[in-house]
Amino acid sequence: MTATLIAVENASGARVELAGDWTLTGLPRPIADLEKRLRELAVADPDWQLQAVAKLDSAAAILLWRAWGRRWPASLSISPTHRRVLERVANLPTAPEPVVRRDPLAGVLWLGRQVLTAINHLSGMIALIGQMLLDLAHLSRHPRDIPWREFSANLYRSGAQALPVTALIGVLIGIVLSYLSALQLKAFGADVFVVNLLGISIVRELGPVLVAVLVAGRSGSAMTAQIGVMRVTEEIDALATMGVSRSLRLVLPKVLALTVAVPLLVLWCSTAGIVGGMVAAKLQMDLSYGFFIEALPRAVPVANLWIGLGKGMVFGVLIAVIACHFGLRVEPNTESLSSRTTTAVVTSITVAILVDAIFAILTRGVGIPL
Amino acid sequence: MSTNADAATTTVPAIEIRGVWTRFGDNVVHRDIDLRIDAGQIVGLVGGSGSGKTTLLREIVGLLAPSQGTVKLFGQDVLDADPARRLAVRRRFGMLFQQGALFSALSVHDNIAFPLRELRCLDEETIHDLVLLKLAMVELEPRHGRLMPAELSGGMIKRVALARALSLEPELLVLDEPTAGLDPDRSANFVKLINTLQHELHFTVVMVTHDIDTLNGLATRLAVLADQRLVAHGTTADVLAVDHPFIHNFFAAGRPAATIEQGGH
Repeated sequence: MTATLIAVENASGARVELAGDWTLTGLPRPIADLEKRLRELAVADPDWQLQAVAKLDSAAAILLWRAWGRRWPASLSISPTHRRVLERVANLPTAPEPVVRRDPLAGVLWLGRQVLTAINHLSGMIALIGQMLLDLAHLSRHPRDIPWREFSANLYRSGAQALPVTALIGVLIGIVLSYLSALQLKAFGADVFVVNLLGISIVRELGPVLVAVLVAGRSGSAMTAQIGVMRVTEEIDALATMGVSRSLRLVLPKVLALTVAVPLLVLWCSTAGIVGGMVAAKLQMDLSYGFFIEALPRAVPVANLWIGLGKGMVFGVLIAVIACHFGLRVEPNTESLSSRTTTAVVTSITVAILVDAIFAILTRGVGIPL
Repeated sequence: MSTNADAATTTVPAIEIRGVWTRFGDNVVHRDIDLRIDAGQIVGLVGGSGSGKTTLLREIVGLLAPSQGTVKLFGQDVLDADPARRLAVRRRFGMLFQQGALFSALSVHDNIAFPLRELRCLDEETIHDLVLLKLAMVELEPRHGRLMPAELSGGMIKRVALARALSLEPELLVLDEPTAGLDPDRSANFVKLINTLQHELHFTVVMVTHDIDTLNGLATRLAVLADQRLVAHGTTADVLAVDHPFIHNFFAAGRPAATIEQGGH
C-alpha cells in the first residue's frame, strides 16, 4: 500500500492527513516531488493528522522532519509507536560537518610526505637486502636450511613458464626492428649493417629491458599479491610463530630465483629477437642466413653479452626485492592490496629503466666495435 | 485498509522452506528440509559443525540454489527468474556476515549509504541524515562515519555491518554468527543492541550461532539441524523435549535448561 497525502482546507484552518505505508518502498516516486509538496504544505502550519499511517520508517520520518523545518509542528496527531520513530530522528545530533580548511602549505606538505614515503620505502628495501645478506651468511654455515623446494618452485614459475611469452615478444621485436632499419639502411646502400644494428641493440639493450618489463608485470605482481594475501590471512605471522624466518623462506627464494631466471630469460629473449631479425632481413633484403651468422660475432663483441646478462641479474634482484618489499607492506584490506601491487610493478619497471641508464653510462666505452 | 494489509503480512510467513535438498557432488548436506518462520520470530539455527547451517542460511538469502525444493521469502521465490522481482525480495532483508564484509575501499559512512544510494531515489542530504540515524541506532557517533573499515575494532565492524544491513529497514535480518570473535562483554552488548532494535523495528531474525549466550539472549525459537535433517523446531521447551543425541550434548550440563527458557522472551 502506498503512502497517501490529503490536504484539506476549511474555515477552522488547514489540515493534512497522511495514510498508508510511509516507508522507502511505499513512498511515491519521485521522492523529491513529495518532499517539495510537504514543504509547501508545512508553510501554512496546518494540523498534521498521522493516525491513519500504517507504517513509518526512518527515511519517511526524516522526510517529514525536514519538511517541518527540523522542529515539531504546532498541532500533530500521531500514534505513540510512530511518535517514537520521529523522536529518534529529532534526537539526531545535528553534527556540523567539520570545515575542511585548505592549508596554504598543502603542496609543500604533500611533496614532503611523498619524499618521506620514498625514503621510508628505500630504507625498507635496504633493510630487506641486508636481512638477505645475513640469511645468506646463515645458509653458508647451515646448508641444510637452504630452501631448495621454494627456490625451484619459483624458478619454474617465473623462469620456465615465462619462456613462451618472452620468445614471442623477442621474435616480434626483432622482426619490427629489422624491417624498420632495413628501410633506412637501404637508402644509404648500407644493408649489411643491419647485423650491427640488430645485434648491439637487442643483446645490449632491448633484451634485458624487455625481459625486465615482462618479468616485473608477470612475476613481480604475482609475488606482491602472494605475500600480500599471506599477510592479510596472517599466514606470515603463522610462519613467524613456528620460528621460520619469513625472509629466509619467502623472500630469499624469490630473489635468488629471479637472479638466476632473468639472465637466462635475457639470453633466450635476445636469441629469439636475433632469429626474428635474421628472418626478416632475409625476406626484406635477401640477406643470407650464413652471412648474418658469420657477421654477428664480428659486429657484436662478446662483452655486450656479458653486459646484457649482468643487467638481467641486477634487474632480477631489484624486481624481486621491490615486489617482496611492497608485499610485506600490504595492509589487511583490498584497497591496499591492489595499490601495493600497482606500486610494486610501476616502481620495478621505473627502477629497471633507471638502472639501465646508469649501466649505459658506466659501460659506454665497453663492447662497441671500432 | 491498513488492517487488511496487516492481516496479509501476518499470514504470509517471512521464510518458507519446502522440501529442500542440498547435494555437493555425492555429499548430501540437507535431506528434505521444511521450515516455516513467521514474521516477528527470532529463530536460532543450531547444529554441529558441518551440519549445513551456513549452507541453509546462504540458500535463504539466495546466494546458493538448493539442489531440490524451494525457498520463499514473504511468499516470493528468492531465486525468481524475473530480475525486478528478485531485486524487490532482496531489498526486504538485510544480512550480517560473519566477518562484517564491509567494503574496505569505502568509509563507514559510504558503506552504510551504499544500499541507500543503490535505490537511486534519495538525495545526498537525506542519505546523510539516514546514515547518521543508523549510526546512532547502533550506538556509534557521527565522527565514526569518517573511519575506514581497516581502522575499526572487531566490535565496531559488527555494529557498522549491522547498520548497513538495517539501512533499508528490512523486514528480515539474517545473521551469520553475530557474536563470533567478540569477547563475552561485547557479545552481550551486541545481543542487547539487536534485541532493542528488534523491539523498535519489529523485524524477523534468523541467525546461525554456536554461542549459547547469544541464543539465550535473542532467540525465541530454535531450529536444530542434525543428520542432514531438521530434527527439531519450536520454542526452547519444545526443542528440549526432543530426544536426540545432538540436543542432549548441545544443551548439556553447565547450561541448565531453566536459564535458556528464561532468556527466551
